[in-house]
Amino acid sequence: MPLLKVHKLTKSFGGLTAVLNVGIELKQGELVGLIGPNGAGKTTVFNLLTGVYVPTSGNIILDKDGVQQELQGMKPHRICKAGVARTFQNIRLFKDLTVFDNVRIAMHKNVQYGLLSSFLHLPSYHREEKRINEATMELLKIFKLDGKKDEYAKNLPYGEQRHLEIARALATNPSLLLLDEPAAGMNPAETAQLTELIKWIREKFNLTILLIEHDMSLVMKICERVYVLDYGILIAEGTPDEIRSNKRVIEAYLGEDVGDV
Amino acid sequence: MKGKLSAQFIRRLVLIVLTYGVVQLLISVNIINDYLQATLTTICINIILAVSLNLITGFTGQFSLGHAGFMSIGAYTCALIILKNPTIPHFLLGTLLGALLAALVGFLVGLPTLRLRGDYLAIATLGMAEIIRILFINMDNITNGPRGLSGIPRFVNWTWLFIFTVGTVLLIRNFLNSSHGRACIAIREDEIAAETMGINTTWYKVLAFVIGAFCAGIAGALYASYFYFIKPDIFGFLKSVDILVMVVLGGMGSISGSILAAILLAVISTLLQSFSEIRMILYALILIVIMIFRPQGLLGSKEISLSMFSRLGKFFAFEKEAK
Repeated sequence: MPLLKVHKLTKSFGGLTAVLNVGIELKQGELVGLIGPNGAGKTTVFNLLTGVYVPTSGNIILDKDGVQQELQGMKPHRICKAGVARTFQNIRLFKDLTVFDNVRIAMHKNVQYGLLSSFLHLPSYHREEKRINEATMELLKIFKLDGKKDEYAKNLPYGEQRHLEIARALATNPSLLLLDEPAAGMNPAETAQLTELIKWIREKFNLTILLIEHDMSLVMKICERVYVLDYGILIAEGTPDEIRSNKRVIEAYLGEDVGDV
Repeated sequence: MKGKLSAQFIRRLVLIVLTYGVVQLLISVNIINDYLQATLTTICINIILAVSLNLITGFTGQFSLGHAGFMSIGAYTCALIILKNPTIPHFLLGTLLGALLAALVGFLVGLPTLRLRGDYLAIATLGMAEIIRILFINMDNITNGPRGLSGIPRFVNWTWLFIFTVGTVLLIRNFLNSSHGRACIAIREDEIAAETMGINTTWYKVLAFVIGAFCAGIAGALYASYFYFIKPDIFGFLKSVDILVMVVLGGMGSISGSILAAILLAVISTLLQSFSEIRMILYALILIVIMIFRPQGLLGSKEISLSMFSRLGKFFAFEKEAK
């Protein structure tokens, strides 16, 4: 049983079908790309997987250590608890909070003290806060943000904001990580660095990663398999090399071949 | 780390006890006379109201215009109980019951309305407060209708005021410094991101609303048992706006800002007593001027801390030397 199995996923907004009968399977530990031209429905797929949108039809099944859960129709915070975390295409950090708090807040679902303890600051509060703070610092060190922990998130340079978003997603302790254009707006050097980082966190945190990306150098370098979406329909699936030479993919990106006139 | 923490705790405790003692002394030698005591009571009640509304509006980001409604529930509950049984245990029971009832109403109202955002939520909460007010007007046989309840026994003195004010402020502060409180703040920052990071946003919005309503209920009970007299009109729309003004003036998302604003507004309105004809005009002018020069509120989202005072002290010492 794969970690994630998406079966015939469909989402319509009124008369517009944004995603139609999409099927995706991710095995434990895989790093898979989801590509497609602008408006193909990639981010909609992410929003469906994380519960931001409710699917019109279809199933999303997460199989974590043999326990199967149907994610469709679940609220986003429940899906997060089930083990799916994500970043956003248009960075959604808690802008007016510190770098430290951004990551610390994402540890909320694993916090082991109740309301009473939060009002009275009982021993369980101090114990847990200490644990959260240490875990947060550890994550920030990995992303080299520990020196900026008291900086407001909005004051970070763009590339570091992207890193912080990944760190925040990891703080929820996910088994499946969805990255929505992690390299958007980065220069080639930063992208190369990010590529290494993504590879590394996959090993370190034992993650399965699905990523949307426009930067083909990144996709072709690290993805083991690639799904191609066009007008809400999956048009191809395969290894980067297969995708590169796939006729339908080239048509989707460059327009149809008109042939000899 | 542990030693430092406890030193901080002791310093705070000393400050709290000192504040209580000094004011108690001033009352006993009658420097704080009856008139000033009424101001003091208003300040304390307003601190509770402003800090609790700040939890809802400033920290959780849910714009509420119904705080006076919750306050009136606490006031009427406590008043009705101590009118029947004028004893201190009944006063405490009335305060607790009033706060619990206000919290219950907060829960029932919050569950459906907190789906709304921004202006829509403000209108819904405004409507709720009006419904509560009109219920109190129309339940003639219990609440004596628009004439209100009078002759409520006074149990509130400085000691009770101090306990309730410091208690609620500390509880809310502790809450905000916990993972649960940070979840509320995350909702204000970005609701979708918060939800995606595993925060049950509906639950935390309702929770903030319920805690805020609970505290407003306490404030109402204290009001009833100090000022002898309550009627539905006291808890109208304008009262809710008054509380909101304190929150905005002090800074959305700053507890010490709310406290500062509650004190400042009471002081301003006391000082303006001698210009009775133009008092409200001056009051409004001062508000406008402050908001022009400090649009983020007096303290923004910052908090006053003891270390800030020591820094301030050094700063002034430096100024003197320079002279």
